Amino acid sequence: MKFVKTLSAGVSALALLASAASAEISDGKVKIGILTDMSASYSDVAGPGAVAAAEMAIEEFGGQVAGAPIELVTADHQNKADIAANTAREWGDTGQVDTFAELVTTSVAMAVFEVAKQQNKIALVSGAASSPLTNDACIPTGLHWTYNTRALAVGTGSAVVAEGGDSWFFLTADYAFGEALQKDVTAVVEKAGGKVLGSVKHPFPASDFSSFILQAQASGAKVIGLANAGADTINAIKAANEFGIVAGGQSIAGLLVFLSDIHALGLEVAQGLQMTVSFYWDMDDETRAWSKKFMEKTGKMPTGVQAGTYSAVRHYLKAIEATGSDDTDTVLAKMREMPVEDMFAHGGVLRTDGRMVHDMYLAKVKAPSESSGPWDYLKIVRTIPGEEAFGTLEESTCPTK
Amino acid sequence: MNAKIGYLIALVLLIVAPFVIYPVFLMKVLCFALFASAFNLILGYGGLLSFGHAAFFGGASYVTGHALKVWGLPTELGILTGAAAACVLGFLVGMIAIRRQGIYFAMITLAMAQMVFFLFITAPFTGGENGLQGIPRGTALGAIDLQDNLNMYYFVLAIFVLAYFLISRTVNSPFGQVLGAIRDNENRAKSLGYDTDKYKLLAFVLSATLAGLAGATKSVVFQLASLTDAHWHMSGEVVLMTLLGGLGTIPGPAVGAGIIVTLQNYLAKGPLGGWVPVVLGLIFIVCVLAFRRGVVGEIKAMIRKSF
Repeated sequence: MKFVKTLSAGVSALALLASAASAEISDGKVKIGILTDMSASYSDVAGPGAVAAAEMAIEEFGGQVAGAPIELVTADHQNKADIAANTAREWGDTGQVDTFAELVTTSVAMAVFEVAKQQNKIALVSGAASSPLTNDACIPTGLHWTYNTRALAVGTGSAVVAEGGDSWFFLTADYAFGEALQKDVTAVVEKAGGKVLGSVKHPFPASDFSSFILQAQASGAKVIGLANAGADTINAIKAANEFGIVAGGQSIAGLLVFLSDIHALGLEVAQGLQMTVSFYWDMDDETRAWSKKFMEKTGKMPTGVQAGTYSAVRHYLKAIEATGSDDTDTVLAKMREMPVEDMFAHGGVLRTDGRMVHDMYLAKVKAPSESSGPWDYLKIVRTIPGEEAFGTLEESTCPTK
Repeated sequence: MNAKIGYLIALVLLIVAPFVIYPVFLMKVLCFALFASAFNLILGYGGLLSFGHAAFFGGASYVTGHALKVWGLPTELGILTGAAAACVLGFLVGMIAIRRQGIYFAMITLAMAQMVFFLFITAPFTGGENGLQGIPRGTALGAIDLQDNLNMYYFVLAIFVLAYFLISRTVNSPFGQVLGAIRDNENRAKSLGYDTDKYKLLAFVLSATLAGLAGATKSVVFQLASLTDAHWHMSGEVVLMTLLGGLGTIPGPAVGAGIIVTLQNYLAKGPLGGWVPVVLGLIFIVCVLAFRRGVVGEIKAMIRKSF
């Protein structure tokens, strides 16, 4: 056992030497780990595009911050919490990763939160949507950037009820995100005087929605709310189309729809759909310029999740630049102090419950005749102020806020 | 004698390993090695192909997770609770399954495991797709902090060595001999007066319990119990590990588990990321076509030939 002791003493001495070399930036570099879905249901929403967006943020800094190089590592978590947790743990233990970013899929984000809490590392959530991430399930170092289910409910939910859709039936993805979305929308619908007739949970991911659509049809509800996302939403809308749901007088409310989904469905099917978005490429000169660069890099226009990943990584790097340190608490304090100011958010505020509060937008999908070409899909109907979309800090049930 | 020296070298290597290799990865290998060894007990020595062992592996990980997180049991007791649950489940499944042989046995175990899987996907305490997260590692013997990866590693190693010893004792006992006789010719074993059903059931329960022990330990290591552990893919993976390492040899499944887990871990990071299942499939085909005795089986045969 003496050998072991000597060995470990030697190793820790070496580690001390290494850390003395650059006191402020740990290991002499800033390392960002992107954990995302590279191949499955959410790969169009986040995936390679989110990696490209993070690369764009790093390129803006010239690959260096506070005199240290910025490194990016990525991994495919396949939407499985165990794979994500293992990868994050290994990155933190042996890979010198300073922050975990993107984290689409709520179960993944929650699993990585657990690791981030233990290792005291920052988690920049962009793709996962559940509002509990900054409420009951919050952690001090977990930041929720792009949107959440509450904002989606306030946006799409109220808009649909206002148009007379006062009885709902939910098709819900059977995991934390689906539940959170259904719960938040139910609250909005009931507050507006509507009622929820029922719901059916479908496995995640699912490919055959026929039986669920038939149940929804039989419920007689005016609105079928899709509390799912990505490929599930696309498949559900396609199935609804085949069963003639809309022709039969019921309407579909996609509660989390992305630009990539509209692109996949086509305007013929998707026209008239209302959606709440955190970002749309065609809003002003800044967004257009950024999105054009993104398009050149990836061949697609960015989704909100991808733009949000850019914004989060950029803000994180800006805080390191301002403080000259990559220490978690120092960076976190600086990130909260500075307003988030970029093409994604103007005057965004990072709250102590982890929520990044910024304006959201209610959009309507254009009819084919209104669209001038590929990717010209949305018109912004309303800007939802940040407080209205995300609620106030007092409303947050995060215990460490 | 040779085997003893071999085991001693392996043990020393395992003790030194965490200073060279990432301990959490090693713990994963150990958990799967134990799982595959437990599985080998029923396939390699009992001749029964169970296609539902993930139910015991995953079931125990959920029970342990729940026991540690919600009931707040000490770590050792939590793991034992998980193994005990797998034991009961193994008894129930075994009672029904051992009445049939061959493909029917495999199908019954698969069907039962799917039922258990459905239970886990719908039961509220498992957290559905989210899994059971944030399982506390706690302390070993009330004093050693298991949050430290190195301490946790030696804790897992101790469990593995004990269970491995138990398996090798079982195989080399009179009970193991009878089991081998049943595998080779059940009718003859019956004619000799052995109550073969009883032997098969006991072997099945033992295998399920140890598979549960592996699952329980894994859930503590990763602080997570998820549907992946209970999915039928897991049942298939353990068959692959056992066949690749060497069916019916004691160290074989552990070696096979080591190979598969290493491949999964390191391939996933390289350019072959999305191709892991294809690579594993190819390896399986090569294994079945070219060296059917598995890695350890082939080495054994080679030694036998050359001496």
